[in-house]
Amino acid sequence: MKSYHLDHLDYLETEAIHIMREVASEFERPAILFSGGKDSICLLRLAEKAFRPSDIPMPFLNVATGHEFPELLEFRDRRAKELNAKLIVRTVDEALEKGTAVQAPGQISRNQLQIPVLLGAIEEFRFDCCIGGARRDEEKARAKERFFSFRDSFGQWDPKNQRPEIWNLYNGRLNPGENMRVFPLSNWTEMDVWEYIKREKLEVPSIYFSHKRRCVRRGGQWVPDTDLMQAKANEEVKEMIVRVRTIGDIISTGCVESPAANCDDIIAEIAAARVTERGSRADDRVSEAAMEDRKKAGYF
Amino acid sequence: MPAISHPIDLLRFNTCGSVDDGKSTLIGRLLYDSKSLMEDQIEALERSADITGGGQINLANLTDGLRAEREQGITIDVAYRYFATPHRKFIIADTPGHVQYTRNMVTGASTANLSIILVDARQGVIEQSRRHSIIASLLRIPHLVVAINKMDLVDWSEERFLEIKEQFDEFLPRLDIKDVQFIPVSALNGDNIVSHSTNTPWYNGPTLLGHLETVHIASDWNLSNFRMPVQWVNRPNNPTDHTLHDFRGLSGQISGGIVKVGQKVTVLPSGFSSTVKQIWTLDGPLEEAFSPQSVTLVLEHDLDISRGDVIVDSEDLPGASSELHAKICWMNPRPLTPGKQYLLKHTTQTVKAAVTSIDHRINISTLDKEDGIAELAMNDLGEIRLRTAKPLIYDGYASNRLTGSFILIEPGTNATVAAGMLLPPTEIARPEYKDFAI
Repeated sequence: MKSYHLDHLDYLETEAIHIMREVASEFERPAILFSGGKDSICLLRLAEKAFRPSDIPMPFLNVATGHEFPELLEFRDRRAKELNAKLIVRTVDEALEKGTAVQAPGQISRNQLQIPVLLGAIEEFRFDCCIGGARRDEEKARAKERFFSFRDSFGQWDPKNQRPEIWNLYNGRLNPGENMRVFPLSNWTEMDVWEYIKREKLEVPSIYFSHKRRCVRRGGQWVPDTDLMQAKANEEVKEMIVRVRTIGDIISTGCVESPAANCDDIIAEIAAARVTERGSRADDRVSEAAMEDRKKAGYF
Repeated sequence: MPAISHPIDLLRFNTCGSVDDGKSTLIGRLLYDSKSLMEDQIEALERSADITGGGQINLANLTDGLRAEREQGITIDVAYRYFATPHRKFIIADTPGHVQYTRNMVTGASTANLSIILVDARQGVIEQSRRHSIIASLLRIPHLVVAINKMDLVDWSEERFLEIKEQFDEFLPRLDIKDVQFIPVSALNGDNIVSHSTNTPWYNGPTLLGHLETVHIASDWNLSNFRMPVQWVNRPNNPTDHTLHDFRGLSGQISGGIVKVGQKVTVLPSGFSSTVKQIWTLDGPLEEAFSPQSVTLVLEHDLDISRGDVIVDSEDLPGASSELHAKICWMNPRPLTPGKQYLLKHTTQTVKAAVTSIDHRINISTLDKEDGIAELAMNDLGEIRLRTAKPLIYDGYASNRLTGSFILIEPGTNATVAAGMLLPPTEIARPEYKDFAI
């Protein structure tokens, strides 16, 4: 007898496709946030599943810190082209030049600086909705965020005043100037993402797999040794076989020692891993409430 | 060898309980004992234990995610948690149990296959236990688990366990819950959570995790009445593939039943009939598809179809009416008053709606119906009548959670103010045109 029952990836996929189609129908000017990272790669495949054989009816937007891994940027541009999509890139450097973003004294990470750039792009293109690849399993504040995350005209998230989300009925109504962030991968875990990448045979940037890299020991983790952050005399520098688990700013993305050369290896590694994915990002370690504060300020 | 190589399914459950009965501890325990916690999470727990907990690890801190909650020591919103065992993946909707947060429980329960009600063994059934059972029943959660917690504090007494079970048996028969499992546990110490406890030799049932891993959920979706609300009309503007020049697909998530190529279907509300020519997906055409798959249907005839229309099995038509009767949960600080206009979102369409009357309020502690109600306040459950600007094509919530549910949106603020469950239709859709192609 045929089984009319979806496995977990099929279930997560149909939930996400449903959300993407709701966005295409209910918003006038939506965009997909595409960084070239693994989560947004899944988003693009889901967009293909939702909208083919038509073109994906929304542009891709990338807010670049200027501190990206070069492999990521190459991949980002190529993938957008392959999908015949319009890619819009706005950078922190431009914003610093124009003065719309200002670097706090002593601050090296450009994570915070993405906020004004994102809000600037939303205003410039009058986007009413941005689809992002955030997942609830990443972090405690995200665990409480809705699929349709309402932002006021300053881009702020108010965790105490979220719209209830019931069944598969999403309320996307906005007043002028307000904005929605939509997260179709909310219910996915890091493991689900890699299983999906494997199942769908999706290409990901090479830095997710094992490679040789000079790293600096800083803040309890190994970060890439680049021109942006010269190693200090007392810091340990070492050439290692590493991969990245999550891609952020190149100067705050921790590299993990790993021989994982393909999806199967990564899936096995995650199954055995003893540190969560965001544990390798310095920006979340500042305080336990780090993500909550960033989101309230308008972060993805 | 890859860790997970076979397809596994997914169980969604929600937990309800008041501040003190150990709900967050139970979830922390499930995550901890199923080895779903990571070093840095445990480290963060230890860090906060040193600051606020006098050195004792507090499993509840794992789920109390927002700073405001940690400060107040309560859970203020629905939080979602994820864990997996070799048998299943799990999504937990962790909902707070205070009186004022019924709306959060309704939210968490709306997508759940199973609900865990936590009872403090010392207190037995309290008003809140009844309220949670009633909400689970109203929302038609197929499976219920009553976890009788803090058994260590009643000396693992079987008598006490049976006493509490009897208290439940007094009101459960009045509810629509088919499958109930009672489990004696200690969330704090881990008894009967993952492995059987030596403290309860008199208990022969499954452990909590054992039950979650094996409870039968394959039949939780409606597979009998084919319905697909059209979400998006898929018409390529510039097809690179010239064979797709005339492609006109109807994209949507199947909200009930099974659809097959060659099946005769009717589009409502217009009533045009056609047959399914193709079930298109990116992965290639399908011979059949079922709820809740997302697909794109191509019909034999080029009909005028748009978002909000519903494609159904021609032999099995849903209800259609603009006069509706529904149970609702009110979710906004501004009360519901009859006569006020709202927007109603049902499947893929949003229509204007006016609440014509409040029949009664449902007392969620006794299930009694209270008449003569002028308004419904935040967290009230009630039965109301509505009139919509155009007829809804719907089923009763009891037969289909997706085509039988709606939300109300307040114009202006755009707040989601109510969750509604439609009572079975009294009028079946009557297509004006029986056959398009004669």
